[in-house]
Amino acid sequence: MTAVHPPLRRAVQVRAREWGWRHAGRKAFAARQVDLGIAPGERVLLLGASGAGKSTLLHALAGVLGTSDEGEQEGDLLLDGVPPAAARGRAGLVLQDPETQVVLARVGDEVAFAAENLAVPREEIWRRVGRALDDVGLDLPLDHPTTALSGGQKQRLALAAVLAMEPGLLLLDEPTANLDPAGVLEVRDAVVRVLERTGATLVVVEHRVAVWADVVDRVIVLDAGGGILADGPPGTVLVQEQTRSRLAEAGVWVPGRQPAVGGTLPTDAGGEGLLSARSLSVARSRRGRAVVEDLSLTVSAGQALSITGPNGAGKSTAALTIGGLLRPRAGTLEASALLAGAAGPDPFRWRSAHLVQRIGTVFQEPEHQFLTATVGEELAFGPRQVGAPDSPRIAELAERLRLTHLLGANPFTLSGGEKRRLSVATMLATAPRLLILDEPTFGQDALTWAELVTLLRELVREGVAVLSVTHDTDFIRALGGATLHIADGAGRLVSR
Amino acid sequence: MSTDYLTPVLTGRTLLRANPVSKLFAAVVITLALMASIDWVSAAVALTCELALMPLLGISVIGLARRIWPLLVAALIGAYGTALLAEKTGGVLLDVGPFLFTEGSVAAGIAVGLRGLPLALPGIFILLTTDPTDLADALAQKLRLPSRFVLGALASLRLVGLLVEQWDSLGLARHARGVGSDGSALARTRNLLGQSFGLIVQAIRRATRLATAMEARGFGAGTRTWARESTYSLLDAGIAVVGLLVAVGAVTAAVLAGTWNFILG
Repeated sequence: MTAVHPPLRRAVQVRAREWGWRHAGRKAFAARQVDLGIAPGERVLLLGASGAGKSTLLHALAGVLGTSDEGEQEGDLLLDGVPPAAARGRAGLVLQDPETQVVLARVGDEVAFAAENLAVPREEIWRRVGRALDDVGLDLPLDHPTTALSGGQKQRLALAAVLAMEPGLLLLDEPTANLDPAGVLEVRDAVVRVLERTGATLVVVEHRVAVWADVVDRVIVLDAGGGILADGPPGTVLVQEQTRSRLAEAGVWVPGRQPAVGGTLPTDAGGEGLLSARSLSVARSRRGRAVVEDLSLTVSAGQALSITGPNGAGKSTAALTIGGLLRPRAGTLEASALLAGAAGPDPFRWRSAHLVQRIGTVFQEPEHQFLTATVGEELAFGPRQVGAPDSPRIAELAERLRLTHLLGANPFTLSGGEKRRLSVATMLATAPRLLILDEPTFGQDALTWAELVTLLRELVREGVAVLSVTHDTDFIRALGGATLHIADGAGRLVSR
Repeated sequence: MSTDYLTPVLTGRTLLRANPVSKLFAAVVITLALMASIDWVSAAVALTCELALMPLLGISVIGLARRIWPLLVAALIGAYGTALLAEKTGGVLLDVGPFLFTEGSVAAGIAVGLRGLPLALPGIFILLTTDPTDLADALAQKLRLPSRFVLGALASLRLVGLLVEQWDSLGLARHARGVGSDGSALARTRNLLGQSFGLIVQAIRRATRLATAMEARGFGAGTRTWARESTYSLLDAGIAVVGLLVAVGAVTAAVLAGTWNFILG
């Protein structure tokens, strides 16, 4: 496995001069006035506020921003002196979502794909496949199905897939944002191993700075208003108080600095019971396997409860079942009179309009829950469904979650943080007593994170029960309350 | 629940090793022979040969019937409909009110009903014994179909499997927002349309992201090589010959029996 491999082709040099890009149909430039040079072999962490153009720059370096039909470029962006589109195979891009990058059915074919596209001879392709899988530490048969991989394995596969091109420039777009803590380290360590062997240039975009601070030798911060906010070694940029506070203002997760959260830590004194589960078994589908069994717990008004556990343990399935969306496989789930009102004790049997007034479930992917064409309609949708179209809550929520200036915008065009705030606001519009959130802080910048925590704290104090599926220990600590740890098919309540 | 069309459960060890092109060839000649005439002899001969080849599939007749029962039902309905409506020639077999069956119309019905199965079986043979990735390799390397098209279709096959799963979670997400499958027929129809639209939006977004990932890996840059070589072996020659024999045998038997009924003649 650990044969000595020859170094790859030479690392790439990056040069941007007054570079900018405006997506077709948008008024504002996604990135502008970018002036920078990156030397071959340099390892760069690219930071900036949401919407500062980090991903746009990364996609431009990968040569996938498209032609002049898809946007307007100004200035120059060059890899070793040529435009990225003319340097195919020199830059390898790994994207955020492990699920949307898999092309083929078998692990070996997936890695071979990029080399095939670059017309590498057959024998050489398979040599590269073996080496790339070795590099990322995926010790799997070549015909292993790509569907049977964990999130961390899928990201390492995506990394191997671009390594087969033997790129001189590795581009990582929030590669660990969707992973559990074990997956994050898995991917980070694989990247470090690859860089040590290949000496390739690295540009990585990531909100969570701490993961990469020790790996990179330079930090570049893009300014949301165009240009560059800070540029230097991590020991300077991340340490100097002036840049630290500017980074924090931009929503970057600065190591050693917790975002300022409002409100007070909720006390553990839960109020009246809302929902109780007895010996509950949960399964994703009617015929599917039960993923968690014999779960018993009570959710009370004004309680914060976090569900933790490794990826794939059944946390989301448990949350969806408690939220009345999935039919319990076995056991009972019973709503108290306080929660149920006139709707009966079994949440799974509630009609949609009844459910939305009692339990709000915020899905991991905000886009799955958007139903209308504007933010304003989206907020008004729930109240109209339950026959209270002029709810004053709507304006209040929009104000509180900083959505007022976006009321006319299409929900799908919002930034990640804005989408998350909107998805939470739509659920709160019908004032449910129980709010369930699935990974609410995945991939969020520090500002959105702090806003979310502040809001949830207030809700708990007002008597709303907040149940969150999360890996985020800071989030759990900030909300307080009990933790339900789910692993190996069973849930265990951990009191704090 | 997701259906994985890219890695289906395949059967038939021998046919699995064959090149998809030879299987396609055999299927096409049999289909052409059966489409050339509507008579029961050629259909019966082809069906008999195909059933005799069943051991190659590696599943039992009952197992096959369980997978293709809708086809059997369709064949029966087709036979009944034809017998009822075809030209009424020959002696009367049954005459009850509007239901009139004659020797000629029943023969036509049997011919149509019998035809469905031998026409469908070659396709089933291919589906059950062919890996989609192998098929793509063969289509691009042996039949010289454009690689962009073939690989695009292969990649999208995975997304098709994900649609089932997406539909389910979209339904849950909408229920959570207060739009469910309850209420009047009109409300239900509107909900169904809304959910379908949501599925289309998501499918497009997903496909766009996959296209970006593929482009970032050099897809569509120009000429490409193939990591897996698509090859022919003696087995493929055998499959082609068997396919030809079945086709020729069916036609010859029908001509000799005097039932040959060329559709263009």
